[in-house]
Amino acid sequence: MALVLNEEQVMLRDAAAGFLKEKATVAHLRALRDAGDATGFSPDVWAEMAEMGWAGIAIDEQFGGLGYGYTGLGLVLEQAGRNLSASPLQSTVLVAASVINELASAGQKERLLPGIAAGQALVSLALQEGPHHAPERTQTSAVRDGEDYVISGCKVLVMDAPSAAQFIVIARTSGSAGDTAGLSALLVDADAGGLTVEPRAMVDSRGSGALGLADVRVPAANLLGGEGEAYSGLSRALDIANIGLAAELLGLSAEAFERTVEYLKERKQFGRIIGTFQGLQHRAAELFAELELARSIVLAALQAVDAGQEDLSLIASAAKAKLCEVAQRATNEGIQMHGGIGMTDEHEIGFFIKRARVVQHTFGDYNYHLDRFAQANGY
Amino acid sequence: MSDLETFRQETRAWLEENCPETMRTPVKSFEDIYNGGRNPEVDHPDQVVWCERMAAKGWTVPMWPKEYGGAALSKEENKILAQEMAAIGARRALDSFGISMLGPALLEFGNEEQKKEHLTKIARGEIRWCQGYSEPNAGSDLASLATKAEDKGDHYLINGQKIWTSYADKADWIFCLVRTDNTGTKHEGISFVLFDMDQPGVTVKPIKLISGNSPFCETFFDDARAEKKNLVGEEGKGWTIAKYLLTHEREMISGMGAAPRKSLGQHAVDIIGADAGGRLASPVLRQNLAQYQLDTLVFGYTMARVGDEAKAGQGLGAASSIFKYYGTELNKRRNELNLAVFGERALGWDGDAYDGGTLTRDWLRSKGNSIEGGTSEVQLNVISKRVLGLPDA
Repeated sequence: MALVLNEEQVMLRDAAAGFLKEKATVAHLRALRDAGDATGFSPDVWAEMAEMGWAGIAIDEQFGGLGYGYTGLGLVLEQAGRNLSASPLQSTVLVAASVINELASAGQKERLLPGIAAGQALVSLALQEGPHHAPERTQTSAVRDGEDYVISGCKVLVMDAPSAAQFIVIARTSGSAGDTAGLSALLVDADAGGLTVEPRAMVDSRGSGALGLADVRVPAANLLGGEGEAYSGLSRALDIANIGLAAELLGLSAEAFERTVEYLKERKQFGRIIGTFQGLQHRAAELFAELELARSIVLAALQAVDAGQEDLSLIASAAKAKLCEVAQRATNEGIQMHGGIGMTDEHEIGFFIKRARVVQHTFGDYNYHLDRFAQANGY
Repeated sequence: MSDLETFRQETRAWLEENCPETMRTPVKSFEDIYNGGRNPEVDHPDQVVWCERMAAKGWTVPMWPKEYGGAALSKEENKILAQEMAAIGARRALDSFGISMLGPALLEFGNEEQKKEHLTKIARGEIRWCQGYSEPNAGSDLASLATKAEDKGDHYLINGQKIWTSYADKADWIFCLVRTDNTGTKHEGISFVLFDMDQPGVTVKPIKLISGNSPFCETFFDDARAEKKNLVGEEGKGWTIAKYLLTHEREMISGMGAAPRKSLGQHAVDIIGADAGGRLASPVLRQNLAQYQLDTLVFGYTMARVGDEAKAGQGLGAASSIFKYYGTELNKRRNELNLAVFGERALGWDGDAYDGGTLTRDWLRSKGNSIEGGTSEVQLNVISKRVLGLPDA
């Protein structure tokens, strides 16, 4: 497939850029943060996004989506990254819908996906338990009891936890920490008995929370996929999620970089525009090269998802590792080249580094994915 | 059958009949490639046969017009020819700076007489060319070149010195940047002339590199003669042609880092071993290898993307400005990793035990990649000024 956008995709990108630049900017994120809003996004803006079809952008038409594929969703996520737009695009549309798509039965998809595509159902994946992404180390347990499963454990870094109506909880139905077999995915309502949702303030000011599951009882029909067989479908969904997060990091990094270059053209020291200093010019030019590389791998990875490529692990880890590296460099240079003003809360550049680190960490950081990339290559 | 399918069948049949068996083996190194010329270096007589047969078809320069020795193939036909040659492992019959560099420049800037005279000889491998660009005091700052061309009516008298002239000791003619005027800015007054190296006013001295090889020369002009009819483009407007050619050269150099079939990581596992989980037993080397391989993969996608964007009519994107810089830096990294992976085997200088010191010499040679054709630092200057719009000091 040619590594270019088609006309429809260019229009979608431009529409997303126009809307988000007006309705969901860094200034809006700051206002949400300062208001102490646990939800972390504006439901009104989200309703408008849903109206434009974004909630169902990658969902098949038979389930009420637009069927534009992940390349389309990636373009919107890239623009969301540029503006640091807060919304459930990541938690629900990118992650939860992908997990459902990979694991759920046809009947379950018919029940779940149309609500997501309409922007009404907010669903979030509850996966991580410790300080690092390690799905196979899951300890949260689910025990079959008659017609129910009884779930116990703790989850952290659950995106949009304060506003989600349902969670997809990854739990162990057999085996022990470290085994890929024995993992199951269970749908849990936010108001289920024994479930505590604790909002947690994170550095990026987005909605997030921890779940406490104390003998939470859910009907066996809430099991997505086969009991103990979630790992492979979950891995593919996480590959897709990481490719989508790479697209967000691309937009975030490009924006931080462009703002920084503009600053280099304005700021004067020693009687000169600091952008005339070769020490800064070469660092900016190197970063430009890295961003061009980043753009290529993100597009290639999104297209691989849409082409139905069987094993996404190599390209997903390549995309996430590369974008973690580039985002880290772009945001660090962003602060450094802005100098003192870059350290202030008043300036917006700091918001980019905060969001970047959360996205980098989510579902595996640079170290995790470079390691996985090497393994996928046989060493 | 479509026209292209017919072309493919005919091409396949012709290659099967005409490509000598000995030319269906991969070339071992750059030195094995047949370059033609008045005194060609011939390792095997079939090289000459193969070149003559291909030249008769116009297939040494398949996309050039027929009147200049080409076959006027379309892009699609040219691709089919390449695929069919690859299918039987056929070598390129002829490669030279005439084909890759001077030819495209003459097609763009030459007059009819120059094209007829020089292009046909390039296509048949009769004349081997070298490029006279850099001078001892005009390296990165090429436009400050000082080799002087004095107007003598029907010819120029040329005095001065070039350096880093690739294979000047083997070339018959030179395409050369000379100064015809000293009065304007340094970019003005540069002219692009062609002349025969076989004359008393031209002296060539090979330069021995740290790799032990001598692909470059110093070239001295002492009252050398260039006919006026061999001035390409207008007098004083040679810088435009020089820039055009530099772009070609940069593309060539950035393409030199082609990845070998077996990955370095897999070589490393063979040599160093792996742990129970299959991870290379040297974790620090493993990280360096993975980062290199990741960047190579992503750079490949970037070259593909820029190509696809150009095909889609979106022009040559800003991304193309990074090719020379990034490609050569990657190639240097790969060569350093060769040393790290192969260890002692990549430190041999000569002899069969070290395959003639190939790894070692390639490593040393790679250091020049980020110097020749515009240093990495110059590339970064270009990106910061032309792409990012950062101001001059």
